[in-house]
Order: sequence, then C-alpha cells, then structure tokens
Amino acid sequence: MTSVTSPSFLLKNAAILGGEPTDIRIADGVIAQIGAGLTADGAEVIEADGLIALPGLVDLHTHLREPGREDAETVETGTRAAALGGFTAVHAMANTDPVADTAGVVEQVWRLGREAGYCDVFPIGAVTVGLKGERLAELGAMADSAARVRIFSDDGHCVSDPLLMRRALEYVKAFDGVIAQHAQDPRLTEGAQMNESELSGRLGLAGWPAVAEEAIIARDCLLTAHVGSRLHVCHVSTAGSVEIVRDAKRKGWNVTAEACPHHLLLTDELAATYNPIYKVNPPLRSAADVEALRAGLADGTIDIVATDHAPHPHEDKDCEWAAAAFGMLGLETALSIVQHAMVDTGLLDWEGVAERLSYAPARIGRVADHGRPIEVGAPANLALYDPAATRTIDAAESASLSRNTPYAGMELPGRIEATFLRGRPTVLDGKLYSLDGKVA
Amino acid sequence: MKRHLLSAADLTRDDAELVLTTAAELRSLADRPIKKLPALRGRTVVNLFFEDSTRTRISFEAAAKRLSADVINFAAKGSSLSKGESLKDTALTLEAMGADAVVIRHSASGAPHRLAHSGWVRSSVVNAGDGTHEHPTQALLDAFTLWRHLGESKPSGLEGRRVAIVGDVLHSRVARSNALLLQTLGVDVTLVGPPTLLPVGVESWGVDTSYDLDAVLPKVDAVMMLRVQRERMQGGFFPTPREYSRRYGLDGRRMATLQDHTIVMHPGPMVRGMEITADVADSDRSVIVEQVTNGVAVRMAVLYLLLGGSENPE
Repeated sequence: MTSVTSPSFLLKNAAILGGEPTDIRIADGVIAQIGAGLTADGAEVIEADGLIALPGLVDLHTHLREPGREDAETVETGTRAAALGGFTAVHAMANTDPVADTAGVVEQVWRLGREAGYCDVFPIGAVTVGLKGERLAELGAMADSAARVRIFSDDGHCVSDPLLMRRALEYVKAFDGVIAQHAQDPRLTEGAQMNESELSGRLGLAGWPAVAEEAIIARDCLLTAHVGSRLHVCHVSTAGSVEIVRDAKRKGWNVTAEACPHHLLLTDELAATYNPIYKVNPPLRSAADVEALRAGLADGTIDIVATDHAPHPHEDKDCEWAAAAFGMLGLETALSIVQHAMVDTGLLDWEGVAERLSYAPARIGRVADHGRPIEVGAPANLALYDPAATRTIDAAESASLSRNTPYAGMELPGRIEATFLRGRPTVLDGKLYSLDGKVA
Repeated sequence: MKRHLLSAADLTRDDAELVLTTAAELRSLADRPIKKLPALRGRTVVNLFFEDSTRTRISFEAAAKRLSADVINFAAKGSSLSKGESLKDTALTLEAMGADAVVIRHSASGAPHRLAHSGWVRSSVVNAGDGTHEHPTQALLDAFTLWRHLGESKPSGLEGRRVAIVGDVLHSRVARSNALLLQTLGVDVTLVGPPTLLPVGVESWGVDTSYDLDAVLPKVDAVMMLRVQRERMQGGFFPTPREYSRRYGLDGRRMATLQDHTIVMHPGPMVRGMEITADVADSDRSVIVEQVTNGVAVRMAVLYLLLGGSENPE
C-alpha cells in the first residue's frame, strides 16, 4: 500500500488492551463501531490478528528542538518518530531557542505540529522568562493562546527558588495549569556528570546525588499542599523520590509523577564505558532505583511513562563524557521498553499500559481528545501493536534527525504496526503516511 | 600487558612487577655517558596534551627519546570542552600521521578511554592524567620509588608495607591510580583527608581511610602528600587554608612522629606551606626530586613494553 485515501477503516481481530479479538470500524475520525464479524462496507480492511489495540499514546515530555536547534530535530521529524512509536500526542518542552515563554513561540510550535500532521503537538510553556529562574513568564497569555498551554516547565533547569516555585504553583490555579518540575537542586549538582555512587568516585566523574532530586521533590510536594495546587514531577529517577511521591499521594496531595523508559531499564554501570550515549539528566541510577521505579509505576505511585526524548547531533555525543550533551532518544522505543520492563515481567497489564502511557498523561495535560478508552464515539486516536515481534534497534533507521539512542544493537520486543490520528493513519504496516495519505 | 595503559587497574600484579623491574634495568642507563637505547627506533610517540603539564610532558618526551622513538608534541589548545577542535578530529589527525603510541593528558575523566575505544585510532594509548580519574604512570613511578627506598630486592617485597595518601583524594587522579596499583602490589593503603575530600563510596575501594593524620603517621612506611589545588580552596571543602594545613599539612612536628625509615613523597607540583612545609619538602626523608628521575625510567618501561620494542615484527 503506497497511499491511503479511504475515509474509513475496519480493523479485523484487534485485541483491545490485549482482550478478546474484535473488529473496530473507524469512520469520519471517530470509532464508529466495535464488535465481532463486522463487514467492510467499503472500508479499507486492516488485518489485525495478533495485534493489540491501544489508545494513541500521549507523551508528556518531548524535546522537539524547534525553533532553534533544527540540526537536532524539527517538529516534523520529532512527530514522525512519535507516530512510529504509537503516539498521537506529544507535549513539546519549552527549552527551545527562543524559549517557549511567550504566546508567540508556543503558537508557532503548535502550528508547526498541525502542519506536519503526524501527531498533535501540545506546547509546554516555560515557567520563568528564558528559563532563567528569575521571574514568571506570561503563563496566562500562553494558557489563553491558540496553543492552550496547561503544562508549564523550565525542564532542563529546576525552578529552584522556593518562593518563585510557590508563586508559579499558585498562579496556574487560575487556568487549571500544572507545574512540571525538573527536580534538581542546582547547588548540589554543580558540574554533575553521573549518578553519585561508588562508581562515580572510581571513574572520577562528578556525582549527581539522589538527594538533589529528592530534596526538591519533597519541598515541592509541601508547597503544592500548602497552596492547593497541582504538581507534576518530571523524570523521577530514584527510589527515595518514589517514596516521597508515595507519601504525598497517601496524604491526598495533588502530585503526579513520571518515569522515563531509560530509567526503567538502564543503570549507571553503563557510565564505565565513558560513552556519552549513556549520559542523561537525571542520570542513570542503580539497579535498586530501577526496581523501585518499576514497583512505583506498577502500583500507581508513578502515574505515567514519559519519554524525555532528547535529540542531539552526532558531534555532541561523539566526544569525551564531560563535553557531551545530556539526553537520549525515546519516542520510537518507549512502548517496547515498557513491554520489556513492565509487561513481560508481569508488573503491568495492557490496561495498565494504556493508563500510564495514554489516559493519565492526557488527564495531567488536560487534553480532552486524547487518552480516551477505545469506545464507540471516541476520537479515533489509537495504535496497533504487535507484542510478539522482536526487533534489533538500529540507530540509523530512526525517524528522528538524531541518532543518540542508547538501545542501538539491543533486541527489544514489540513493534507498532499502525497509528491512527483522528481516524487517519499516520503509520500503516510500520510505515509513515503523511497528511496527503502517501508513504512519507 | 594490555595494548593500552588507561588505568592502574589494567595492570595485573605480574604486569606491574614487570614494569618496575624493567624500569630498574632502564634506570641504570641514566648513569651511563650515552643514555640512549635503539629499542623504539622508527616508532612514533605522540604526546597529546590538552592540559598544560610541562613536567609530565617532558618526562614522557625524555623517556621516548632515550628509546630512540620519534616524538611529536601536540599541545592542543582548548579541548572540545572549550569548543576547540574535537578530541575525535585531533585523534584522526594523529592516526593519519601514523602514531604508534599516543600519550594523552586531558581535563576530562575518561578521555583516554574514549580515544582507545571509539575506533578513532589504532595506536596504543597511555593515560598521562585524565581529569579526576587516573594517572597510572605516576602510580608506577611512586611504586618504583617506594621499592627502591624500602630496600627490597624484588617488587614483591612491597607486600605488607604501609602507605598513607594524604589530602584531596576526591579530585586526585594520583590517589586513585595509587590506591589501585599499590593494592595490586600488596601494599596496605590508608587514605587520609577531611571527609569532604574523600570520595563517596571510598569504603568499597579496599583501602583504609582516616580523618586523623596524626594517628596514621607513626604506622606507615611512606607518606604521600597530595597537592591541594587553589580552586579547591574556594570550593567550601574546608573552612580556610590555615585550618587545612593545621589538620592535614605535613610539618616538622608531624614529621618527627614518623618512623626512622619512613619516606615522604609528593607528586608535584607542591604548594609549600599548604600541604607540606619547606623543611619537610627539603628534608632527608623527602624523595620528591628522585620521584621525577624515576618517572623517566618508568615511562621508558611502559613505552617499551606497550610497543613491544624494536623486535616486534608488526
């Protein structure tokens, strides 16, 4: 199939959330009919035997790099990668150049997403002007803009000033916003290169101690409770952080948290290679932290998986560790890692996967038309996934402009076969389709 | 021996003892009128220094030249850390010039490891100090100096000897390499310093640690003082330089508590009056100048063993 023009599709024998196979009719952008033995009636038939139907995935933490670093990624290339990963919506982080701290920039990013057409792009607004942590950006203007920003984050930087954080949490209550905190005490992590551990001491790489994350999370949970606002904790990476979030939830505070795929799988031992493909912020932690994150994700302490997809050009990784950029690709491998770390280990079923990669992130981002159960009448945002497939990750095959995947050469389970965005396939048979229905 | 010398951990006990005995043979050259051997004739050794270190560079240069190797000194001004030419491009340039060994000094921990394992060069890589990671040839020359002074006939005689390494262990590549190598040689190592300057996890290094210099000094056969860099003095690791000197400096009073045979070492350059007083540095116990002499012999041994001498058919 090299082009698709049909306005309607019939997915035959798809297992919704891994349940009994059934047929799903997609027409006019919505899920029109669900049931066994549906007839084509002019719809394009897609054989989905053995495939799981999932709600379109929603990423709450994506770096699309545009504007400013179009050598690393653009909205178009990043959303292509997202579609191939089963995502129908991504939230674009604010640390672009210029920073997404005005209505103008967030509307630009939002518009670029719509023009590309592979995935809905919801811009995240900066909390402070220029991410400098000095004064609040015009959060209300971004919230009221066409981009309808609800998540605000200085990601890459921590809003470390406690008073500024308090004010931000208070201010976003006016439009049901949420502050997504990059929890990293800057003083405790000056020059930090990797997880602070016995290994960092031996390798001579400056340590990034767990307490630098945990102290900020604890403080922010207390602030959130105090002002009655909403906090989302980005990329939780330590066992101690999981404990703090668990405790905050037990107290009934409005705190949500995310874990990244790489923190669910990889450990700090990889730094011993000095290969900066494994350099990421927050850093890869210990095996005990990985276990705690998995347990936290399983019991709901960690609400969601978010990719922290962070493209970097080759030269920013093909160098000595200290000179390299922090970050790794994640969109095209996220679901496979979750299957490997959570589903194949029995920690999570597919219902749980849908909750953590689709329903919950959409709720946190206040996105109405994504993260909805696969039911008649819902927008046809969904993905077909083959959990029995295996693939060996080849960095060169990535749809991203960048190649900094830490999984190159690894064999991972699962493959996205199709992704539908409002009833239109962005991926079919594992191949990308552009807005005009042609193979991209 | 492995093809590269990146960490003191690359050396087995046999390797380390071979380097030391080879160095002893080569050191006798220094007393001859003609100091040169033809062992590495036709081989090219590149000294790739991203960080200024005149003494280490000269030591390697002298070592390579006494083995008749061709020496290229490449002082790279500004690493990719400061947005100069990248380590990779520099490495490709050296590869194109046909280097047999690259001796690298770099401010980034692991830079020699990257050079050796990224497929950029085929030559042997010798770590001449990387960031706060390691400086294995310094550890070898320290072990060599210990061996000569503690009066043993073979390097294996260092077994059971006690050495204190004192000061800024956290930022010291010399301390890391010595802790590894001296343990390989059976030496009992005690790291001494304020808690702020001992690395997290040091308890798993297999060495003893102490915050109390006075308690350690009478027990050791050698005391190795580490330099306290000026930038650390501003970093809040200790209240004032004076307090540091009072608690961890080696002065005449403390020197008097050492056993008669105990030697005093320092990798240089010293900050006199900070970690060591002038009367100690210039005393009969001090072997600091001899460490420098031994450095050439040890680096000759390393280059000779890594490059396999002139007989190597390669």
